[in-house]
Amino acid sequence: MYPSRFAYEAPATVGEAIDVLRRAQGEAKVLAGGQSLVPMMKLRFASPEMLVDINNIPGLAYHFADPDGTYRIGALCRHVDLEKDADLPAQQPTIAAAAPVIADPIVRTRGTLVGSLCHADPQGDWASVMSALGGSIVAEGPRGRRSIPCVDFVNGPFQNLLEFDELAIEAFVPPPVGARSGGYLKLERRIGDFATVGVAVSVESTGAQVSRAGIGLTGVGPSTICADEAAEVLVGQDLNSDTIHRAAELASEISQPRSDHRGSAAYKRHIVATFVTRILSSLELATREAA
Amino acid sequence: MTSLFEVVPEEAPADTPVRRLTISVNGEQHTLDVEPRLLLAHLVRQALGLTGTHVGCDTTNCGACTVLFDGSPVKSCTMFAVQADGHEITTVEGLASASELDPIQEGFKDEHGLQCGFCTPGMMLTAKALLNENPNPTEDEIRWALSGNLCRCTGYQNIVKAVLLAAAGLRNQEDAGEDETS
Repeated sequence: MYPSRFAYEAPATVGEAIDVLRRAQGEAKVLAGGQSLVPMMKLRFASPEMLVDINNIPGLAYHFADPDGTYRIGALCRHVDLEKDADLPAQQPTIAAAAPVIADPIVRTRGTLVGSLCHADPQGDWASVMSALGGSIVAEGPRGRRSIPCVDFVNGPFQNLLEFDELAIEAFVPPPVGARSGGYLKLERRIGDFATVGVAVSVESTGAQVSRAGIGLTGVGPSTICADEAAEVLVGQDLNSDTIHRAAELASEISQPRSDHRGSAAYKRHIVATFVTRILSSLELATREAA
Repeated sequence: MTSLFEVVPEEAPADTPVRRLTISVNGEQHTLDVEPRLLLAHLVRQALGLTGTHVGCDTTNCGACTVLFDGSPVKSCTMFAVQADGHEITTVEGLASASELDPIQEGFKDEHGLQCGFCTPGMMLTAKALLNENPNPTEDEIRWALSGNLCRCTGYQNIVKAVLLAAAGLRNQEDAGEDETS
């Protein structure tokens, strides 16, 4: 299958890329990993007049923690870079748990986290992870840089808040209040499939007490669901069977799954509660060990 | 320069944008003018005549079109040829030398790691990348690494055995090499 014809630009700097985007007046798409964009172009769901390939821009493949604890992931950081980083589970446990279950191993060598967020697939894994973590996207354009929280970034299926002349140059996670823990669990029929259910949990804690929490749900609604009410019941509490049970129940109630070939709505709701419980219970042990 | 006939079709409008790219495929340099929409898989198969790279699903699922891009496995149906400008590509034709098969190929031969053979090039290249990184993988690690490559004959058992055998073969080769130099 061939996509329709397009012009191709491969700028060498972020400034050049923004300039090309500005001149294209909204008719260009940015190509990073291309693992969703290229298939969509081949199926002619997308027919951009121009592709702006950012893969030749040096200095965007990073992922690291700032001295203040802000965790930054550049626009060309591939899923596999996160998957193979042995230090990541301690620094960003939710991201580290999600990276190995994105798509399949070959797609992970090309695909990027920032690209996935921009692609804004309603059933994408990274949006729930980054929402649970309170992460943001940094956009750079002719008017400078701005940060957009991931929970606001997507304004519709496959749509985001970027202006046509803005480039998403990184995603970041703010520093934790206290210690960070969390996880991501994904139920999929086979590797490479969309999540039947995906649950992202982020917990920040001081001693045994939760200072901040986030829960993001994949595959159980028209798009990513932020289960804020469920996360909220954990704040100020310690993780015990009671608080975990309430969070799991609320997350399950907030989810809006539909019955389809991946499973019935009731089954998916049950899995949401199970995954929230599993992740939080594993953290409970971690907290106890640390204490 | 390679013939451009299939790369820029004759019926293409005169103003069709064309990009010049230089890539190394199996160690050989090629300079070609291509339409930006040409997929890497089609460049390899049609422009360079290396038909060992198979296009299976054409929708980024099956991994039959896997090639190594600077040593990493990529689905060549999901990359444009222009993206490979200045990069090194290895296809299945690059595995064997003039006189001998790659240990991966030996493994697939000895363990009967193929039935219809359609997925085999992708399987072998993904396995090659795995063994370059991890010379002593467990069965689980092999299954995990190959999980982006589908075999519709469902011949996975022997494929996994083939990679295990290849890994053992490679380690023996290395041990023998060390003995010779010591």
